[in-house]
Amino acid sequence: MRAPAELVSHVFRNPEAIQGFSMEDWDTLVRQGRKANLLARLHALLIQAELDAAIPAVARWHFEAATTLAETHQGEMRRELRRLRALLSGLDFPVVLLKGAAYVAADLPASKGRLIEDIDLLVPAERLGEVESALKDAAWQRVGLPEYDRRYYRRWRYDAPQLQHFRRAMMINLHHAIVPDSARYRPDANKLRRRATGIPGFAGLVVLASEDRILHVATLLFHDDGLSHGLRDLSDLDLLLRQAANETDFWPRLLARAEEMELDRPLFYALRYARHFFATPTPDEVREHLRHAEPGSATLKLMDGIYTRMLAPAHRSCMDALTPPARAATYLRTHWLRRPPRQLVPHLVYKAFISPYQREPNPA
Amino acid sequence: MKLLQLPPGELRRQLAGPGIWLRTGPFSLRVRSRLDAVAEGLGELYGQFEVRNPRETFADFHVSVDPQTKLRQGLRPKVNFSFDGIEPFEPEPLDQAYPMLERGLDWCVSEHAHQYLMIHAAVVEKNDQAVILPAAPDAGKSMLVAALVLSGWRLLSDELALVDRKTGWIHPLPRPICLKNESIPLIRAFNADAYFSGISRNSANGSIAYMRPPKESVRRQHEPAKPRWIIFPKWIASGELEVLPRSKQQTYQSLTQHAFNYSQLGTEGFRVCSALIKQTDCYDFQYSGLEEAVAVFDRLAASVVTGKAGH
Repeated sequence: MRAPAELVSHVFRNPEAIQGFSMEDWDTLVRQGRKANLLARLHALLIQAELDAAIPAVARWHFEAATTLAETHQGEMRRELRRLRALLSGLDFPVVLLKGAAYVAADLPASKGRLIEDIDLLVPAERLGEVESALKDAAWQRVGLPEYDRRYYRRWRYDAPQLQHFRRAMMINLHHAIVPDSARYRPDANKLRRRATGIPGFAGLVVLASEDRILHVATLLFHDDGLSHGLRDLSDLDLLLRQAANETDFWPRLLARAEEMELDRPLFYALRYARHFFATPTPDEVREHLRHAEPGSATLKLMDGIYTRMLAPAHRSCMDALTPPARAATYLRTHWLRRPPRQLVPHLVYKAFISPYQREPNPA
Repeated sequence: MKLLQLPPGELRRQLAGPGIWLRTGPFSLRVRSRLDAVAEGLGELYGQFEVRNPRETFADFHVSVDPQTKLRQGLRPKVNFSFDGIEPFEPEPLDQAYPMLERGLDWCVSEHAHQYLMIHAAVVEKNDQAVILPAAPDAGKSMLVAALVLSGWRLLSDELALVDRKTGWIHPLPRPICLKNESIPLIRAFNADAYFSGISRNSANGSIAYMRPPKESVRRQHEPAKPRWIIFPKWIASGELEVLPRSKQQTYQSLTQHAFNYSQLGTEGFRVCSALIKQTDCYDFQYSGLEEAVAVFDRLAASVVTGKAGH
């Protein structure tokens, strides 16, 4: 039987399928996996399933090199987090680690084969300045942005722009909320912080509770205009869900929290596409419970058409005639969710017609 | 089969269609291009390399060099290098199509092949002993390499030293040697039989020509070699030849700067670099005459066989 066009998630769902792969399939898998930033995670999966011996010799180095890179990233991340712990020890409030940094610090399965180039930190809005100046004292500097973007960030974005270390390649994104203040779905960051838990060995740094961590990824997936790491993020979500499912009362806790934070809709979509791509196990009661968050059947059909395309690896072999309109629709939709039209229209006009023709030097 | 066995029309047709599958050292490529300059360059320089029908075959790097799409084209047509949909370089004028392919291939390897410690350096070998020649701007590295391989040394690589992380040996990648500006006539004068591709002029670096890798080096492109020396060349227009020992500490620092993936390898990068320096002698080498320079290298290679010291 011919394997489907999108092979990365196909292998995640059926690792043993690789035993029947032709050389052409391996060629496609490596190219799609590289585009989706999932080669190292595929490698980890195949090792765990004791199938790595079936990787043909010519393709093997691609997986091994990706694993080498992921391991280096994680080692660097641990070192950086130890430095941060010392650096931020003077603050009288805990700093929340988000996404990749949190997975590594808490040693979660979602850190497996994960490339991490950024550290995402969540701090109270009124303490942003304090944290930024502590970082600046330790040679972390703001990344230069053109003037329009700088104003835009300050005004509308939920995060401060990135900080980069003057010698190391690592970046820090300093957030005070997990989506923009103007966004439709706007989880209260204070609520998230209150449930955060400490990490052994990293005093002063905390991670979100497992249900919040999942809601965070779910919300981000549907606010990210580029979805450049869509499948990777969805794979994170899959691994987070599989692990959290072992905790007592995880699913009721997740559903209650989604309702409290008004994130039923993003959770509905996240679980739907996690099941579609990664066959993530979700109990029937959960699906039943989220039925109220389901949009009308026409909308759902449209959303399926868009997101099954947008979340697939951005490789030619996964694209069809509907991929470009799906991409345009996602861009508009995420911006629509982020802010009202009164703000959105001028922004899109600026981005489409003015910024491509402006050349501003990037102040370093 | 070898690329030279493909009739030129067939090479052109395949490049413009499904692409050709080409093996260079440890890597396989699938190259596509609608440009004659690319077909000519490959035909002139890669004749000894193995090609296959690309269908049903695995390739490490899928690359293409093609004119920009009509929409993005200004008054002067430009070409773009693409690695499987990624365009790492700014588009360049049409006559840079072939050099862009070579640069693109270097980029593909240096961005991905972390199974090696990759150093921006040339590597040549004689009597089973390899010399690593780190690249520095205007150091005349490629000119020296061209002279050495025209004098019986084996070419392992002109641009990328691939150090096996387990064995510490160097894996060959004997692609064409890139010569610039005044080194082109100097090599022609050194050996009239040297085969060059057509010269591309308007590049930012002045003129560029590629020298075809020796047949024997291509035939042995799967035989790794043991590194014995690290030599930092410096070409001067006129002056005394000079060979000065270089401290291991200093060499280590330069190597980490010349390595493409030293930081990506983490502690492993440190380990491989240290092991490499431990087993090599390091020199600074200043030269102006090519015959004289080659003679020094020949004596160095002979010293290992006879067991005498280099100088």
